[in-house]
Amino acid sequence: MKTMTYAEAIREAMSEEMRRDKNIIFMGEDIGIYGGAFGVSVGMFEEFGEERVKDTPISEAVIAGAAAGAAVTGLRPIAELMFMDFSTIAMDSMVNQAAKMRYMFGGKAKVPMVLRMPAGSGAGAAAQHSQSLEAWFCHVPGLKVIAPSTAADAKGLLKAAIRDDNPVIFIEQKLLYRTKFEVPEDEDFIVEIGKADIKREGTDVTVVVYGRMLQRVEAVAEKLAEEGISVEIVDPRTLVPLDKETIIKSVIKTGRAIVINEAVKTGGYAGEISAVITESEAFDYLDAPVIRCAGKDVPIPYNPVLEAACVPSVDDIEAAIRKVLNR
Amino acid sequence: MKLEKKELSIMYQRMNEARAFEEKVSYFFARGMVHGTTHLSVGEEGSAVGACMALNDDDLITSTHRGHSQVIGKGIDLNKMMAELLGKYNGYCKGKGGSMHIADVEAGNLGANGVVGGGHGIAVGAAMTQQYQKTGKVVLCFFGDGAANEGSFHEALNLASVWKLPVVFFCENNLYGMSTSIEKHMNITDIADRASSYGIPGYIVDGNDVLEVHKTVSEAVEHCRKGNGPVLVESKTYRWLGHSKSDANVYRTKAEIEAWKEKCPIKRFEDKMIKDKIFTKAQLDKIKKKAYEEIELAVKFAEESPNPPIESLLDDVYA
Repeated sequence: MKTMTYAEAIREAMSEEMRRDKNIIFMGEDIGIYGGAFGVSVGMFEEFGEERVKDTPISEAVIAGAAAGAAVTGLRPIAELMFMDFSTIAMDSMVNQAAKMRYMFGGKAKVPMVLRMPAGSGAGAAAQHSQSLEAWFCHVPGLKVIAPSTAADAKGLLKAAIRDDNPVIFIEQKLLYRTKFEVPEDEDFIVEIGKADIKREGTDVTVVVYGRMLQRVEAVAEKLAEEGISVEIVDPRTLVPLDKETIIKSVIKTGRAIVINEAVKTGGYAGEISAVITESEAFDYLDAPVIRCAGKDVPIPYNPVLEAACVPSVDDIEAAIRKVLNR
Repeated sequence: MKLEKKELSIMYQRMNEARAFEEKVSYFFARGMVHGTTHLSVGEEGSAVGACMALNDDDLITSTHRGHSQVIGKGIDLNKMMAELLGKYNGYCKGKGGSMHIADVEAGNLGANGVVGGGHGIAVGAAMTQQYQKTGKVVLCFFGDGAANEGSFHEALNLASVWKLPVVFFCENNLYGMSTSIEKHMNITDIADRASSYGIPGYIVDGNDVLEVHKTVSEAVEHCRKGNGPVLVESKTYRWLGHSKSDANVYRTKAEIEAWKEKCPIKRFEDKMIKDKIFTKAQLDKIKKKAYEEIELAVKFAEESPNPPIESLLDDVYA
């Protein structure tokens, strides 16, 4: 294992894959000499040159659309959007074009592309630079959606996404970019798409969580362990396709479940995961209703106190777990 | 580029195939024999066929919702195309695409598109592949006057011009975005004028003159192949029929439609061929007859083709 930041893990995944396969190109706004708005691609322009690391105009629709067109004709593009919020501008390219081509053309097209984008609040960037919009993409058959919460997962899943023959939405946590994690050193380290990870084993309650809320849940689980409460943490890592089996098995074991995401609660993916649990055989094992602990239904405000209050805090998460345990 | 007699014959054949195909489709829709909707390009065959025939066989196209003439112009298996219109399993898209999504990716047809302006980005990306892999191939991107007002038009032409990508942006200006006339949807008369804002060549061509379209697009293709970047070609043409099957044609006059029918691209080609003594009337009639027979055979093939099995519903969502 070696220690590296979440951003470094993403860079390493891209660089290793680009060394391996000449058909991989990387495009986006200010990803070249600037190194990306969050510094994710620092040094890649120098290594791979402007033919493969391509600075684009500020044109999200054509960034995603051209990635789809390049993918369907034989390249394996990685495209970066500077913020997930700007995916709104790329929506037609992803939803009506990239996601549909294979099915709509009777299986005669492949669209091997990855669209990377940083999500999440906490950076003081206010309403148009802080959202978690994963549910929109999860609602579109034809797209795969990945949301890693550690550097190791980010690296292993990004490599898998680049090798995958489908359009993949790769959601990065901007607040984790500078956080250090342990990452396997093996260049062939891959995390299979569609496999959840039990981040902590436990017996009393299952917490399903993805994205940067994971670290908060881990802190709460540590604290509750001192009281003898055993929390199992399941990180789906991939939202589409979702590893339902691992989640359901965990809930059957613990009999209680909470689903946590940073995104706004209404219409969020936590609701989907919650329904997956209650529709399954795990329902018969539940000792309490499945609870969602999610962001408030509000645009992200600028003021830091208000901003922090939008998403589940450590206290909110602890309260939610106690609520489920005390039913 | 001077066209050989053989190519002129193919040109005439494809224009007639397109006309015959759409007459047949129109007949089917009018009688409720197929479901959904369709967007016919009758009257625009010269534009689509002339443009496509300026390509090499291995060049690429992106097509539009009004794309039957375009894909026939590129050269297509009419049987599989008609089968797709009828929603059959051995249609181009196994019955899942229909009229608006005819695609043959292997043959360089990257698909018709149900979204106005939806092909712009795909064409740019396809051209990136050609440039990066140094294939020497060119992408012909079809779109209409309506799509010239989509944001994707600007993003795509700008990016293609900056990167000098081999794309011919080919605008079939048929004067109406659905019911809205061009006077009401843009403040200029010639869409080709927009080329200057991207620093690329812009041409205007009489879209009902298949030979002129072919000549102009051939020049544009040559420009792209030399690595000089994209070109915008505006082809002025007209659709004789409504926007789609729901169209009652209340926004334009009979006189206007009739005047454009006088400029029929197929008739104009015939007159020119006979006048220049390249083909006799009898020779042309023979080609036309063959085109109509091909369509009858395609209908037979399509009608005898199986429907997709219900088990195929969930196939091919993912690779």
